[in-house]
Amino acid sequence: MKITLDQDKCVASGQCVTAADSVFDQRDEDGIAVLLDAEPSPEREAEVRQAAAVCPVLAIRIQS
Amino acid sequence: MTNHLGQDVLVVGASAAGLSTAEALRRGGHRGRLTLIDAELHPPYDRPPLSKQFLSGAWNDARIALRPPEALSELDADFVLGERATHLDVAQRRVKTNTGRVVSADSVVIATGVRPRRLAGQEAFTGAHVLRSVDDARRLRAGLRPGRRLVVVGNGVLGSEVAATARGLGLSVSLVGSAEQPMGGQLGDLGASELAAVHRAAGVNLVGGHHVRSLIGESGRGGRVTGVVLDSGEVLPADEVIVAIGSEPATDWLIGSGLELDDGVLCDSRCRAADGVWAVGDVARWEHLGLGGTIRLENRTNATEQAIAVARDVLGDGEPYLPVPFFWTDQYGVKIQMYGAIPPGARTEVVDGDPADGRFVALAHDDDRLVGVLGWGIPKQTRVRRQELAEQMAASVPALR
Ligand SMILES: Cc1cc2nc3c(=O)[nH]c(=O)nc-3n(C[C@H](O)[C@H](O)[C@H](O)COP(=O)(O)OP(=O)(O)OC[C@H]3O[C@@H](n4cnc5c(N)ncnc54)[C@H](O)[C@@H]3O)c2cc1C
Ligand code: SF4
Repeated sequence: MKITLDQDKCVASGQCVTAADSVFDQRDEDGIAVLLDAEPSPEREAEVRQAAAVCPVLAIRIQS
Repeated sequence: MTNHLGQDVLVVGASAAGLSTAEALRRGGHRGRLTLIDAELHPPYDRPPLSKQFLSGAWNDARIALRPPEALSELDADFVLGERATHLDVAQRRVKTNTGRVVSADSVVIATGVRPRRLAGQEAFTGAHVLRSVDDARRLRAGLRPGRRLVVVGNGVLGSEVAATARGLGLSVSLVGSAEQPMGGQLGDLGASELAAVHRAAGVNLVGGHHVRSLIGESGRGGRVTGVVLDSGEVLPADEVIVAIGSEPATDWLIGSGLELDDGVLCDSRCRAADGVWAVGDVARWEHLGLGGTIRLENRTNATEQAIAVARDVLGDGEPYLPVPFFWTDQYGVKIQMYGAIPPGARTEVVDGDPADGRFVALAHDDDRLVGVLGWGIPKQTRVRRQELAEQMAASVPALR
């Protein structure tokens, strides 16, 4: 599973971190999301899909 | 659960909540017929930018689309756009539209959102706006030219955002409303006085603690608005006026359906309004077991999260919906975020950062109970505090199920 994050869209809501904190984090200075792991292992799939689904601006894309 | 996957689902309202419901259904394995009806002709778009990047002109139409066209076609759903639902038969789960179309389904999801309140007589004037749709935003944007005078009626979140954007565009702006300070009802005294300070520093004329009595303008239908009359009798001259005095749930089409309507479609803890009928997003008032009462949230993250909960329940795998309420607003580049709420009289205390530096987190307590987390320009540290609120809320849930 490969994921991409569009930081231009991100509004720093933090929903993705709440859903999958081993894959996403936020920058200290402005809260914009960062990817900790762009190719998470399959057992993380459910939480990564949840993170992508709850992001209010759809900044997270999953390329199977 | 399998038998739910092939059933027909009809979603009324194809915006944030409705579209997210449809997507969550498909992700959950739903392969039955899926129909979405929306009164607007535009493919689904996002509303938060309408008062921010879209209104300022920084973002174009493509950037506010909720999904690229490919993603919409992948959904394999029937989109009926430009038609208004006018009637729901709850027992038959059958919806009629203004064109006479009739759609029946096994499950109906109501996602019709809210519509803006207006001042009496406002429609008679040119230049007196509301802001909910992209068409509203386009009309308003056309009037926001440098040097003109904008009066914003309503100093809640929407009014405050429009004031900030309009100042950025070089208008002279007055922000009028019943709260003493902008967003006083949402942010508590500390947050609202910080917000007042940034608006003032940007040159906005703050007129708090006032109701608006009426609008005045050129006589005759379609005459230009020329000013706003306050309850004190004072007149604020205006070239453009935006009325942002709150909204009401779009439930007129449900009157007489038998559903209970009380500032929203009244639902149980799983967002069910009746057998086979759910409500989701801004229009839904549901029993929040963690807060001990019904609530209705008008915010973007709730639209998506509630949609996921509703889709699960439609597919026979639901549970009570218990979110930690959250909203954000961006004004003058400051990200203001709130988990929970700050009721009047709550005690607030800064726990991180410092208001003097323009970055802080404040906790709000009501009788020693944590009720809200306010973040000012410090999103990550704010989210970290959310957990406390979530735990406390979970602890107060009676017994689930
Ligand atoms: C300008 C603006 C700025 C905002 N900024 C923020 C922000 O910064 N942060 C935040 O958290 N939230 C913000 N919000 C709120 C957020 O956009 C809403 O919570 C969200 O749009 C709710 O989604 P919804 O699908 O429930 O309702 P809506 O988006 O209102 O969608 C309802 C849909 O139903 C359709 N409809 C209504 N009646 C009928 C009918 N009878 N038949 C068919 N279709 C019908 C409408 O056409 C509409 O498309 C903002 C809202 C606005 C307007
Ligand atoms: S959920 Fe989306 S908007 Fe929120 S922090 Fe993550 S990427 Fe950014």
